[in-house]
Amino acid sequence: MSTPSLPVEAPAAGGTSASNNVIVFEDVCMSFEDNRVLDGISFHLPRGETKALFGVAGSGKSTILKLALGLLKPDSGRIIVLGEDIAQMNENDLFELRRRVGIVFQESALFDSLTVRENVAYRLMEEGDVPEAEIEKRVREVLSFVELEHTVDLFPSELSGGMRRRVAIARAIITQPEVLLYDSPTGGLDPVTSTTIVELIVKQRDVYKTSSLMVTHRLQDAYIMATHYFDRTTNKMQPLPKGERGEVHMSFLILRDGKIIFDGDAKDLAASKDEYIKEYIS
Amino acid sequence: MADGDLTIEFTSPVEFAKKKVASIQEYALLAAQSIANLFRRPLYIADTMQQADLIGFGSLPIVLASVFFTGAALALNSATTLSRFGAETVVGQLVSIGIVRELGPVLAGLVVAGRNASGMASELGSMIVTEQIDAMRALGTDPAKKLVTPRVVATVVMLFFLTILGDFMGLLGGSFVASMLLGLDSHEYWSNAWQTLVYSDVFMGLAKPIVFGFIVATIGCYYGLSTKGGTQGVGRATTEAVVASMILIIAVDVFVTRFLMVVLGS
Repeated sequence: MSTPSLPVEAPAAGGTSASNNVIVFEDVCMSFEDNRVLDGISFHLPRGETKALFGVAGSGKSTILKLALGLLKPDSGRIIVLGEDIAQMNENDLFELRRRVGIVFQESALFDSLTVRENVAYRLMEEGDVPEAEIEKRVREVLSFVELEHTVDLFPSELSGGMRRRVAIARAIITQPEVLLYDSPTGGLDPVTSTTIVELIVKQRDVYKTSSLMVTHRLQDAYIMATHYFDRTTNKMQPLPKGERGEVHMSFLILRDGKIIFDGDAKDLAASKDEYIKEYIS
Repeated sequence: MADGDLTIEFTSPVEFAKKKVASIQEYALLAAQSIANLFRRPLYIADTMQQADLIGFGSLPIVLASVFFTGAALALNSATTLSRFGAETVVGQLVSIGIVRELGPVLAGLVVAGRNASGMASELGSMIVTEQIDAMRALGTDPAKKLVTPRVVATVVMLFFLTILGDFMGLLGGSFVASMLLGLDSHEYWSNAWQTLVYSDVFMGLAKPIVFGFIVATIGCYYGLSTKGGTQGVGRATTEAVVASMILIIAVDVFVTRFLMVVLGS
């Protein structure tokens, strides 16, 4: 990959026009029994951008991902994903839309009775019309992408936490979705394994240009993503030259008490005067 | 224990009733979906066969054993009463009617409920708490279609055949007691047992497992998919599934028996 050229001050990819946004939340509210988790949430994810969602435990980060995939229905508000208002869609129509969106769950959520091959190939096998040879080829490709080709016949219980997370990434990207949702992909992992996972996410972002929404507790993961790019020549993640952002489109969103208190890029975040945000990023 | 731990949260009767009605509504919807899914592709035949193996062959020994010993006990008890009237020779008739019409299907249903409703609830409950059901939906699969319908079909079909085999074992248990302990003629026992059965007895005995199988599978799946609260919730769902399916089998048996008696005129 060539040295990135865009300066830090350049606007994020795609701008904010509705057609260029892969995900739009408009005044979304969501409660669980008497507990209001999301209170008038509005944001958009432009095509090609990665947005990191922060917030303390229980602030509704994972709920946002589940709403974006139609796994939960909002109490009010609109959610537009790839041009479709998913709050109005029934489950059968959502199954079609979900083929264009990948998700990596917090605890990987691999099917424990299936092998790694079957887990990764699950979506292709469910489609029913993909030839066996094609499935095998694509499974090998994505497992090679996450560097886990040798685990193809193992069961999830035989893998480490980091390997399970990588298999979950492989399962999410096998159909090359237009949007990827990551729910705490590095949660509960040691720093070395976390960096491996972040590198994979950066690789997916820079190689396939997939838009993504990433929930995380670890600010350093998002900072690494904002300050690094994936170099295809060395097949490694490399730091961006100082003061440049290259083709990296990264933004940050912070939730507090069910509301968004920050939505902007790394520079805005660093310059924020909000005491809570300053404490959060310190 | 801290003082705060002693606080008990009471639910108002209205809220309680609302929750129960909502649960019945959700169960009815899941049960209806499990049937409707039979007419929608894909059909998940491999999953159905796998469940049939787990439910049918897995339950075979305990169903056969329980109905065999029940048939034996029924023969013993019947003989004691019949001997007062000098009518021990009709033990075969009593065992035959009792097992085929009532005890065979109910016992097979209860055994399958104990073994498989719990298995289904715990398996699906674990999938809920580990987000595997969400993952399935996210990957474009309807969990009701992939997980519930194969279990319902497999349980209904396998319980039907388990009941037939169980009925035979019950009669065999009665025959064993009649010939070995009561000194009755084995040929006479089987002849009486066979000749006393009419079409309506057999129909009733084979209609019930279809209803019971449906109850076991839908209740097991419903409680599994309704699991809340982590591993503790899985345990609770498992227990509730077994209790509910057993109670329902016994209660529904009364209504099905009465309904079939009216329909068949017996």
